Amino acid sequence: MNPAATVTRGTGENTVVGDDARVPIGLTVNGRVRTMTVEPRTTLLDALRDELGLTGTKKACDRGECGACTVHVDGRRLLSCMTLAAMQDGKQITTIEGLERDGNLHAIQAAFIEHDGFQCGFCTPGQIMSAVAMIEEAKADWPSAATTDVGRPFTIAELSAAEIRERMSGNLCRCACYPNIVDAVAEAAARS
Amino acid sequence: MHPFLLASANDAATAIAAHAADPDLAYIAGGTDLIGLMKDRAALPKRLLDINTLPDMARIEALPDGGLRIGALARMSDVAAHPDVRRRFPVIAEALLFAASGQLRNMASMGGNIMQRTRCAYFRDEDDLPCNKRRPGSGCSALHGLNRNHAIFGWSEACVATNPSDVAVALAALDATVAVRGLAGERTIPFTGFYRLPGETPERDNVLGRGDLIVSIEVPAGAEGRASHYLKIRDRQSYEFAVVSAAAAVAVDGRRIRSARLALGGVAHKPWRLTAAEVALRSASLGDIEALKSALATSFTDARPLAHNAFKVELAQRVALRALQAAGARA
Ligand SMILES: Cc1cc2nc3c(=O)[nH]c(=O)nc-3n(C[C@H](O)[C@H](O)[C@H](O)COP(=O)(O)OP(=O)(O)OC[C@H]3O[C@@H](n4cnc5c(N)ncnc54)[C@H](O)[C@@H]3O)c2cc1C
Ligand code: SF4
Ligand code: FES
Ligand code: FES
Repeated sequence: MNPAATVTRGTGENTVVGDDARVPIGLTVNGRVRTMTVEPRTTLLDALRDELGLTGTKKACDRGECGACTVHVDGRRLLSCMTLAAMQDGKQITTIEGLERDGNLHAIQAAFIEHDGFQCGFCTPGQIMSAVAMIEEAKADWPSAATTDVGRPFTIAELSAAEIRERMSGNLCRCACYPNIVDAVAEAAARS
Repeated sequence: MHPFLLASANDAATAIAAHAADPDLAYIAGGTDLIGLMKDRAALPKRLLDINTLPDMARIEALPDGGLRIGALARMSDVAAHPDVRRRFPVIAEALLFAASGQLRNMASMGGNIMQRTRCAYFRDEDDLPCNKRRPGSGCSALHGLNRNHAIFGWSEACVATNPSDVAVALAALDATVAVRGLAGERTIPFTGFYRLPGETPERDNVLGRGDLIVSIEVPAGAEGRASHYLKIRDRQSYEFAVVSAAAAVAVDGRRIRSARLALGGVAHKPWRLTAAEVALRSASLGDIEALKSALATSFTDARPLAHNAFKVELAQRVALRALQAAGARA
């Protein structure tokens, strides 16, 4: 193992990093370039929470089973507990801390408050990050398992409560606030 | 997770050579299966090779003859949303959309999906229980343990696990092929021959060897593509693996079946094609439920349920029937 070795991505030959080495990486998090060194085994979730102190993104199952750790990478929702920080080098990351603009909540954050879409709040950052990206997916004509005919184009007008429930099924809520979450998402989608 | 090395691959030939030379190296794509396995210590690679940087492997192409070529690095969500996939082969889009969650589908690659390992709880247990797939020769905890989620076809005393991939069931029904590049060059493996039955060596899920890199999946054009459907039965309505699932595709003359393709998920170590039933279904009428049922039954004479999953024998026949009818309704 060569602790001095560094990872190079996208250029040159395959480069191996020592397991005792920390890998230098750069992530653009909520619009700011953040450089850090991480172990190859550090998940994106642990890098955000432990290296950058962005604890809005929650760790619950740490196995891809609950959605609490949902963030956006290059605009897409994904699970930060199931990817390595070093594999996201150079990417644009948005976390719950990055949704507000000039002190104003994002429309979906506001809708969650208005509709009482949470109780303990632990799943909420993941629910909101998921909902923001999910509405964009629906606008981009993505069908879901609740879509009767996947062969037809999907329009946002078809985003029924059943569609929202299915598209948000990757976010579990132990407090079972589901009806209010669906209402909040439905309102935000209708307004968007 | 245990410590490991990480590298990224910039060209396929170098990646294949590195994988062939090093038994402790694993490719990583979306990471959604491998990272879970590593957290549960069911996979302990010393080196990971990130293949996401390989060029030209994420394309989804509608072929002029009506078929499809799907790059191994294409994400499940992109494949499911692709207009030509949805129009030509709804069974593929549906199998993908009924799998995992929106977040996971954005991460998970097609190559990684068909390579994912069983969800047998003993195999993934952090306490390292006896499991021949995880530790060859240690025994099978499921054979006389909790085996409700296990196989009813093709199992051996060594392993009774099922393959968890949904889209693999659709691809097996459609006679898709897997393009693999290895040390000896590129070859094409029919989907029905890609997975293995457990036999005495359940540690091997499929026929790939060291170095082999899945490049793409090809779906041949077929009259049955459009009239196809994926039906998945789960313990909860969404975000769950199949108890039993079925992929069906049919070509018809009026209401009469010209040809039918059927495969089941959740019942065997691989997607289970209902070959006998496909023959028996020829020229049956889609409206004649009794004829359809008895044709399907011909594929269940060799079903061997375990202590906790006898219900799957009947459930699978009902699921196959409903999938067939739904596919027929699209013809
Ligand atoms: C909570 C949860 C629920 C899920 N539910 C479902 C479900 O309902 N249905 C379903 O089908 N799946 C389900 N999945 C599984 C998910 O679909 C797979 O984890 C995913 O498809 C794997 O793809 P990946 O790119 O992340 O693979 P990785 O984790 O990166 O890789 C998986 C394996 O494939 C190998 N590999 C990857 N790419 C290649 C290649 N090109 N050539 C050769 N080998 C390769 C890797 O070495 C590794 O061994 C679920 C997963 C989770 C965590
Ligand atoms: S069924 Fe297979 S995977 Fe499960 S415990 Fe037995 S050997 Fe292991
Ligand atoms: S913490 Fe990532 S999905 Fe549960
Ligand atoms: S609000 Fe408590 S887990 Fe969702």
